[in-house]
Amino acid sequence: MNARRRGRRARQAGWNVLGLAIFVVMVFPVFWMISTAFKSNEQIVSLNPTWFPLHPTIQHFRDAIHRPYFWVDVKNSLIIVSVTVAISIVLAFLAAVALARYRFGGRKLFIVLVIGIQMLPQAGLIIPLYVVLARYHETNALSGVVITYMTFVLPFSVWTLRGFLIGIPKELEEAAMVDGSTRLGVFMKILLPLMGPGLVATSVFAFITTWNEYIFARILLNDQSKQTVTVWLSYFVGSSRHTDWGALMAASSLTAIPVVIFFLLVQRRIAFGLTAGAVRG
Amino acid sequence: MAPAAETMLDRSRRRRRFWGRTLRSAVPYGLILPIVVVIGVILGYPLYWLVKLSTERYGLFELIRHAGVSVGLANYRSVLHDQVFWHTLLRTVVFTTANVTLTMVIGMLLALLLARVGTVVRILLSSGLVLVWSMPVVVAVQIWYWMTNYENGVVNYILTKLGIGNFFEHDWYATTFSQLSLVTLLIVWGALPFVVITLYAGLAQVPHDLIEAAEVDGARSWRVFRDITLPILRPILLILTSLSIIWDFGVFTQPYLLIGQSKISTGNYLMSIYLFEEGYFKSDYGRGAAISLLMLLMVAVLSVVYVRKMVRIGEAQ
Repeated sequence: MNARRRGRRARQAGWNVLGLAIFVVMVFPVFWMISTAFKSNEQIVSLNPTWFPLHPTIQHFRDAIHRPYFWVDVKNSLIIVSVTVAISIVLAFLAAVALARYRFGGRKLFIVLVIGIQMLPQAGLIIPLYVVLARYHETNALSGVVITYMTFVLPFSVWTLRGFLIGIPKELEEAAMVDGSTRLGVFMKILLPLMGPGLVATSVFAFITTWNEYIFARILLNDQSKQTVTVWLSYFVGSSRHTDWGALMAASSLTAIPVVIFFLLVQRRIAFGLTAGAVRG
Repeated sequence: MAPAAETMLDRSRRRRRFWGRTLRSAVPYGLILPIVVVIGVILGYPLYWLVKLSTERYGLFELIRHAGVSVGLANYRSVLHDQVFWHTLLRTVVFTTANVTLTMVIGMLLALLLARVGTVVRILLSSGLVLVWSMPVVVAVQIWYWMTNYENGVVNYILTKLGIGNFFEHDWYATTFSQLSLVTLLIVWGALPFVVITLYAGLAQVPHDLIEAAEVDGARSWRVFRDITLPILRPILLILTSLSIIWDFGVFTQPYLLIGQSKISTGNYLMSIYLFEEGYFKSDYGRGAAISLLMLLMVAVLSVVYVRKMVRIGEAQ
């Protein structure tokens, strides 16, 4: 009995050690980015790496934000992201209400559309989007990028919002209708407030995917003053023979920070959107 | 007199009810109308153009002139007779298979591990996974590029110190195999959090008493896994696998940025890079459109399982 318990405890300790090891391996790249961003240049290029910068410097962050076009491109990203998310959430919410609350002819076709579009590889769309937008002089314009971003934000938002709507019991709305509220009244007084968290979570997730997007921005925006932050970051390497690793890691950290914060806020709520229904929890 | 008035009243009431019902049944259509119109314009119209472009000669000149020259199926013929296309397709299939297999196998193992470790380690490990999950792809590429740099990359240092071999100034970008292996590691690293956390959530559905009963009956952990856990996780595994296949088949940003444009060549193309280089970079939009269409068709075939499954879920609720 005792021996068996000891064996179990040893095995448990083994699993814990393995878990810790995997934690270290998985998190190491992120740690290395932050660590490098705070090191002095001598420490960075040294053949014997410094693990923890004991005398951190913020010089690299200063260098990164003073590189040409950083602030302009951050502003571009913010404009593109907010316009895309604002338009998409409104349109998607209406469609999600239809999917979650009504049965109608063509509903299945609409669902196929919403799910199918999300599976289209972005690379497969660059040629037609580029050519069509060029015809209407929308290349090298933020508005053109917004259009392309909506192609993937819209279907994703419909599907996620639908999931949140299903979680709100229909009976609440029916009770309000019986009490004499109009449909619009029910919508404004019941559905909208209850959907608050869902709308916020979906918007934040849409924010993250658009902020992170690379390929559409890469092909559509040529001027450095028109680019987004991800494209700016991708041109960091190769602009000179010697990469300024410290500044690159500082810039990477700055690009990742808003995403990481937002992601931590909504991850629990939204993580299962893509597999919703398959995980019953 | 009275009956006539009643029928008139009836009729108007009926009419009002008819219009009310029609109006109400129009509500869902009104709700989806805006998005359908927008998607039609921003996606439907470009897709129509995709088909049209694929049958035209359409380069920079035609782009400026706003008109292509019809060439029938010449673009398709050119692509299908291109050795590079077939090599790229084969490479992409092998690459996707490797990525998906690694992601799913390691993901499953890590999910099982997550269920076995103590609370503290579990919280630590899952927070770490969420942190990795949140990394933007472009940022992740820069980090990996820095870590695998041949002069002072930390990967070379660690591998040498661990005694795995002498990796001093080892160039990971020297061969196609090595380049694509790095891309695979980057992709698997980035994909694991989603897979592990989803599978771990799925493991919570496996009834505890069922496993205990099996263990009392003397079943080994492999048998418990095969006969109890696996069948319950099957639907989730199916969805995760199809999603991974679709994503990895069409992956662009990681290989394009990690290998670096200067080192991209016909010898290390993946499908989306082939399409990008041949269609966009060389401004041969007609031929690029033909490649795009072929690629979209392949992905459509790969997505059938996933889309059908999700549509069934969507219809039920």
